[in-house]
Amino acid sequence: MSAALMAGEIAEAAPRATGWRWLLRQLLRHKQAQIGGTVLLVIVVCAFIGPYIAPYDPLKVDALNRLLPPSGAHWFGTDELGRDMFSRILFGTRYFALICLVSVSIAAGFGVLLGLIAGAGSYWGDMAIMRAMDVVLAFPFILLILAVVAVLGPSLWTAMIAVGIAGVPNYARLVRGEVLSVKHEEYVEAMRALGAGPVRIMFGTVLPNVVSAIVVYTSYAMPVAVLSASALSFLGLGAQPPLPEWGAMVVGGRTFLRTAWWVVACPGMAIFVGVFSCNLLGNALRDVLDPRGT
Amino acid sequence: MAPDREPLLRIEGLRTSFHTHEGVVRAVDGVDLAVHEGEILGVVGESGCGKTVTAMSILRLVDRPGRIEGGRIVFAGRDLLGLSASEMTAIRGEDIAMIFQQAKVSLNPVIPIGRQIAEQFMRRRGLGQRAAMAEAVKLLAEVGIPAPESRIKAYPHELSGGQAQRVMIAIALALHPRLLIADEPTTAVDVTVQAQILRVLRERCRELGTALILVTHDLGLVAQVADRVAVMYAGQVVEQAPVAELFAAPAHPYTRGLLRSLPRLGDVRARLVEIPGTVPSLTRALPGCRFAARCDVRLAHRLDRCTEDAPLMMPLTAGKPHAVRCWFEGQLA
Repeated sequence: MSAALMAGEIAEAAPRATGWRWLLRQLLRHKQAQIGGTVLLVIVVCAFIGPYIAPYDPLKVDALNRLLPPSGAHWFGTDELGRDMFSRILFGTRYFALICLVSVSIAAGFGVLLGLIAGAGSYWGDMAIMRAMDVVLAFPFILLILAVVAVLGPSLWTAMIAVGIAGVPNYARLVRGEVLSVKHEEYVEAMRALGAGPVRIMFGTVLPNVVSAIVVYTSYAMPVAVLSASALSFLGLGAQPPLPEWGAMVVGGRTFLRTAWWVVACPGMAIFVGVFSCNLLGNALRDVLDPRGT
Repeated sequence: MAPDREPLLRIEGLRTSFHTHEGVVRAVDGVDLAVHEGEILGVVGESGCGKTVTAMSILRLVDRPGRIEGGRIVFAGRDLLGLSASEMTAIRGEDIAMIFQQAKVSLNPVIPIGRQIAEQFMRRRGLGQRAAMAEAVKLLAEVGIPAPESRIKAYPHELSGGQAQRVMIAIALALHPRLLIADEPTTAVDVTVQAQILRVLRERCRELGTALILVTHDLGLVAQVADRVAVMYAGQVVEQAPVAELFAAPAHPYTRGLLRSLPRLGDVRARLVEIPGTVPSLTRALPGCRFAARCDVRLAHRLDRCTEDAPLMMPLTAGKPHAVRCWFEGQLA
């Protein structure tokens, strides 16, 4: 009868990640976040101020100074048309940031929305959305891109859109799974009892509780997007030659690999550093926001 | 509480069942209850007697595999079971609110409590953020949270269980609902905090004129707070009476058993008396009284009627509020 006497305070639940300021404080203490964050910050700053600090015009052809090795005048050397590699890499940060932003926004925007609807909606809505996602996943990536390129023509934007579309199913699956685990929590029930409608519960109650998973996943999705876009540029389906996009620069330089290694190594290194920093930040975010995994 | 006045909430013959793989569980099977304006009704019973399901049925929050299969729930003249989903959503929080057993997990863990309270005002009353926050501070002060101006920024995990329940009470009563359903509101907090929570709950309800349904397994709690008590057993209400009368003269053998099983302070000699047997399975329909198998009155007097015919809820004296679902209406002991 008097179980109330025995049931004391419930065990203190592990405090969940809360607040942006708290998140920032945690990240500043995390070594991987310090390194990855600093590099990414430098990339973003360069994307903004690159044009003002670049020593040369990245598109200016200089036939007299072709394939010069790295030196004081040309820090990263010059390519087969005599363009300054350092300036080109500097301008490339813009495309790196743009690819991260655009393709991940497309993937996250549609994926999160579809995942929320699938997870919180009716059985048939869930079925329809998730089977459609399975179809996209089962579809060969390159073939999907070719279809998009066939419609829109090869360009950096095409590559970004295609990479974004290809990323939608992963987000949808992740969010759906998280929603399924959150929607039976008592605070969701309590919100219903307080008169919240389905839309308000979906965006006001459930979404804030799956944000940390989305943030962690995004930090992994960004480097994948950059690599995919670079691969597309490499195949000639993405950024087109004069554009100083890192992937396209690797393609342009690959014929000179034996005689002028820096033409490939510099943009390749830039891709590596950018992707690696994203991954470092991703690991840190995961440690902070999702302690279950570690 | 004049019996002829139309009650705020009237439940008639409510039946809620769960369709599981093991069969249909009749969790609530013909419950009749009435709550009057501003009244505190205690609903008591052991685990699995259907008291929580009854509460959830009032707000139509029973999810699959559960289903409300019959009866009427008339609130302020409207049958809630006939309303559309959006009409029901409008009633929740506005006219009828509910708080749950574990307040700490009933609050959204990633949103500061102030915003969770303010949201009710912003969504339902159209207040701006600043005005809504001011209301939230006021409400927190009213439920006895110290330093409410700074506490509104706290996250649920930073609160104690008792504070979290106070916050829940503040949210539930924010829009001045006419009925509050509290499902075991003090089970998850320390005994010392229990009394404070109950006092806050009772005082706030009295001030706002809100009727309260207090669902609990704790008879002692009901004795402190309620005006009237309904005792539930195996999906049915077996006895209903004003609180003093129920404790002074319990009529149903189950109620008597419950009272005998309560420990009494200062009484060192008497052993606690248990009720023999267990609650019958709710998957099978029983022809007779649900309590017959465990009933000491039936055993002592060898009554056959109890296992053959189901008794109805009958007033002990015509016109009086004390009613019991027993063939012998407390006349045998």
